[in-house]
Amino acid sequence: MPRLFIPPLLRPFCAGEEEVIVEGATVLEAVQSLEQQHPGVMERLCPEGTLRSGMSVTVDQNVTPRGLAQKVSPESEIHFLPAIGGG
Amino acid sequence: MAKKRIVTATINGREEEFLCQPRQTLLEILRDTLSLTGAKEGCSNGNCGACTVLVDGRAVNTCMVLGVEADGTDIETIEGLAPGDGLDPIQEAFLGNAALQCGICTPGYIMAAKAFLDENPNPTEEEIRFAMAGNLCRCTGYDKIVRAIQEAAEKRAGQPASCQKETV
Amino acid sequence: MATIDETKSAEGSDETPKYKVIGTRPIRHDGADKVTGRALYGADIKVKGMLYGAIHRSPHAHANIKSIDTSKAEALPGVRAVATSADLPEPGDKIAELGEGSVVLNHLSSNNLARTKVLYKGHSIAAVAADNIHIAREAASLIEVEYELLPPVLDVMEAMSDEAPVLNPDVRTEEVATGEKGDKPTNVAKRFLFEKGDIEKGFAEAKYVVEREFRTSTVHQGYIEPHVATVLWNNDGQITVWTPTQGTFSVRQQVAELLDVPLARVKVVPAEIGGGFGGKISVYLAPAAAVLSRKSGAPVQLVMDRADVLQATGPTPGSYIKIKMGVDAEGHLTAADAWMAYEAGGYPGAPIGAGAMCVFSCYDIPNGRVEGFDVCVNKPRTNAYRAPGATNAAFATEGVVDELCGKLGMSPIDFRLLNASKEGTRRIDGVVYPRVGLVETLEAIKESEHFKTPLTGKNQGRGIGSGFWFNAGLKSAVTATVNSDGSVGLLEGSTDIGGSRTAIAMQFAEAIGLAAEDIKPAVVDTDSVGYTDVTGGSRVTYATGWAAYEAAQDLKRQIIARSAELWDVDPAQVSYEDGHVIGPDKKACFKEIAVELSAGGEPLVGRGVSNHNEPGGAFGTHVVDVEVDPDTGKVDILRYTAAQDCGTAIHPAYVEGQIQGGAVQGIGWGLNEEYWYDKEGSMTNANFLDYRIPTCYDLPMIDAIIVEVPNPGHPYGVRGVGEVPIVPPPAALAAAIQDAVGVQMTELPMSPPRVLHELLKK
Repeated sequence: MPRLFIPPLLRPFCAGEEEVIVEGATVLEAVQSLEQQHPGVMERLCPEGTLRSGMSVTVDQNVTPRGLAQKVSPESEIHFLPAIGGG
Repeated sequence: MAKKRIVTATINGREEEFLCQPRQTLLEILRDTLSLTGAKEGCSNGNCGACTVLVDGRAVNTCMVLGVEADGTDIETIEGLAPGDGLDPIQEAFLGNAALQCGICTPGYIMAAKAFLDENPNPTEEEIRFAMAGNLCRCTGYDKIVRAIQEAAEKRAGQPASCQKETV
Repeated sequence: MATIDETKSAEGSDETPKYKVIGTRPIRHDGADKVTGRALYGADIKVKGMLYGAIHRSPHAHANIKSIDTSKAEALPGVRAVATSADLPEPGDKIAELGEGSVVLNHLSSNNLARTKVLYKGHSIAAVAADNIHIAREAASLIEVEYELLPPVLDVMEAMSDEAPVLNPDVRTEEVATGEKGDKPTNVAKRFLFEKGDIEKGFAEAKYVVEREFRTSTVHQGYIEPHVATVLWNNDGQITVWTPTQGTFSVRQQVAELLDVPLARVKVVPAEIGGGFGGKISVYLAPAAAVLSRKSGAPVQLVMDRADVLQATGPTPGSYIKIKMGVDAEGHLTAADAWMAYEAGGYPGAPIGAGAMCVFSCYDIPNGRVEGFDVCVNKPRTNAYRAPGATNAAFATEGVVDELCGKLGMSPIDFRLLNASKEGTRRIDGVVYPRVGLVETLEAIKESEHFKTPLTGKNQGRGIGSGFWFNAGLKSAVTATVNSDGSVGLLEGSTDIGGSRTAIAMQFAEAIGLAAEDIKPAVVDTDSVGYTDVTGGSRVTYATGWAAYEAAQDLKRQIIARSAELWDVDPAQVSYEDGHVIGPDKKACFKEIAVELSAGGEPLVGRGVSNHNEPGGAFGTHVVDVEVDPDTGKVDILRYTAAQDCGTAIHPAYVEGQIQGGAVQGIGWGLNEEYWYDKEGSMTNANFLDYRIPTCYDLPMIDAIIVEVPNPGHPYGVRGVGEVPIVPPPAALAAAIQDAVGVQMTELPMSPPRVLHELLKK
């Protein structure tokens, strides 16, 4: 099952957990699974099912350009991090 | 606006006549009036060297010279450096040593290097660095530029003298 | 120059591909144009009938605009149009996603032409187009603006206080992960937090704990070519922009959004670009030039001078960083804590996210915490600069690491080898590294001739520092057009800032089996190639190179199918290997078959696209020897060596060039560069004499050691190169100064007055 890492500022909305085992074949499904466990968190992490501006999703070591549509495997790690730009 | 003056100068071996307002720099005349855009405007106050050309054989920041001051001078710009269909040894050395990245400082660098090597054909690294300190490059860290000038000096030493000072 | 090839010792080295083109040093394709002055940079573009523009800029750092009177300017003979923010549509609260990052359009629009406030000295307020540059400048000076002056805030810590004047009334502090926003106007736009493990426990386990505060000054990218844009708003509403930019497609989107016109109506034609380093992504001039063109009916060129560039573009943030780190008796890091505040400039958007992710990126630390803030101050709106945010962070972390090494009595290089990030290391932000090469760069430095040569002179010292950057993938497109003689034109959308045409062409040549010289790469406009993200994030050789590789694969597939048809054999019996198409009883090299297929059939055109996201983060380690003049505090660099993991070096000379150039920018940042401000918030050194970037006389040769730990996420193992090398230098220099004269420098730049100040305190 994918592991969704909870950003520290979001942990109060997830009973203080640092990571949550979730279900789903995409990042969006993983977040929906998180929402079932901790209602209200999805609205903060990705309101209306879209990634908030300035945020990015990292799956298995790499920032994905596909955002919430990125496929995940049962072994995947999912991180929500600030979007960054290079020079 | 003050009246325009007629200015005559030899540019890359050809006598040119142009109209010049007193407030126009030589750089503006070269770029906008004569369409010689190889000299670049990087700072407008003589600090970066991107606008370097040779005036009577000396490297000059053309942003610091008025167009009217060029009357009667012999000017060589980057556009006049390469002989026919080939390249000058300095140009070749810059390419061979990957001594440019974005390339904006390159024409000024090459002209400054030419003036310097005409005067000092066999320089040390220290002499090159001292002489070239008025030409800024933000991309290369200068390593490959210094090596290119060293190599150009060696190449020029192997050539007949007439090739080295054709415009002087 | 040494090259360490890790592939030789890698597992399965028997299968290591032997490249024919990759790793060689061909002359760059645009070389002749660039050494003869023929290459056309931004200001060299002269469009027929073009007018010249000038900008009226704010003399104040912080003020409300009460009124703008352009009547005197309009009345000046030779003036053809005047533009102010009233000519730009109101963007509301729209946010534009620009591929590499997003932007609040209202902020970008107001940065192009100020609406209600000016937020820094040099802020653009109005633009004029006239028959020549002198009339335009005179007209710009005749524009009268009535201001209500406000107190400026220039220091990041002061700007965070409750008493500070607030720059943007619409800014509320956003908690980044949750989207929660504060309820009152503030200069603090964003707050980040990363946590890993148990930081209290980690510090409790430490034998030594060091805590230090660091400050870094505002610095500029310092490209030699000032910003310029030439725009024609044609009578049919089509807009053409000629400009030197890191991203034509990004400019197209910004211009379309700011003018509120359909994207397809804007075409951006890339000029050659005279340096960028992250600073030529945002638009500053094109929207105003477009408005002036629409009003005047002629193409308009707007160009900055050096003072404009320094006062109104770039820079990269000044910062305040507090670092606390702990080690156990054996030298293992047990915990690390960082508190970081970065100046965003006038509008939000400091690279604090990246800084916060990079601050401990070189170390495997079990327990950590990083808190970061994006803070508005009355300075130019900051922009990306080579590994944005990472250099400030590395200076702080490496300073504390060196102090810990002193307490442990451990050599800095062995300490780093013990604690280095490697494959499997989990950063504080949670992400785990794939195969990376930090250890290899440390070993390369340790084994270097430089490191093995002892220093002997008085007031001499040696320092090392390491740095990291993520690199990026993103989108690229390439079209390969095969000529009837078997040569290939490559159309690409990545503007070439340092030789990337050749690095891309070399990857194509390698894939198809041609020589680099057989390929003719061309950077074309936004109507002539598929969407391509910016030349930034060290992504071009990786991503556009990959697109070129895919274009070669596409051509190979076509050649196989059409050769089978030509030879009347089953396509399954035809293969393409080593530059040859091979059938059951026939074999032809690319050129032969291309000539034959082109003569008898359809044109051969290959397409390649990429949007891969495994750019392989990259690390570098630098060692520097300095001599400090005890009477003046001046630091001379005696010797410098930089080792960097480049994955696979496509064109080693240009890889070395990136390492050398980045290192020297880092040296400038470390030793000399800074914005000086007076109390009124006016930059007092807005020229290249007083904002002094390194000259060749300030430097020795920069030895570059290319370490090659191939990136498993690229067909040729490429990692981005461009950004990492700016990260370690200030840290390495601080360590060297400490080693030389025993003072710890915690503020950048380490200019003679600051070093002397510390020496006199001893």
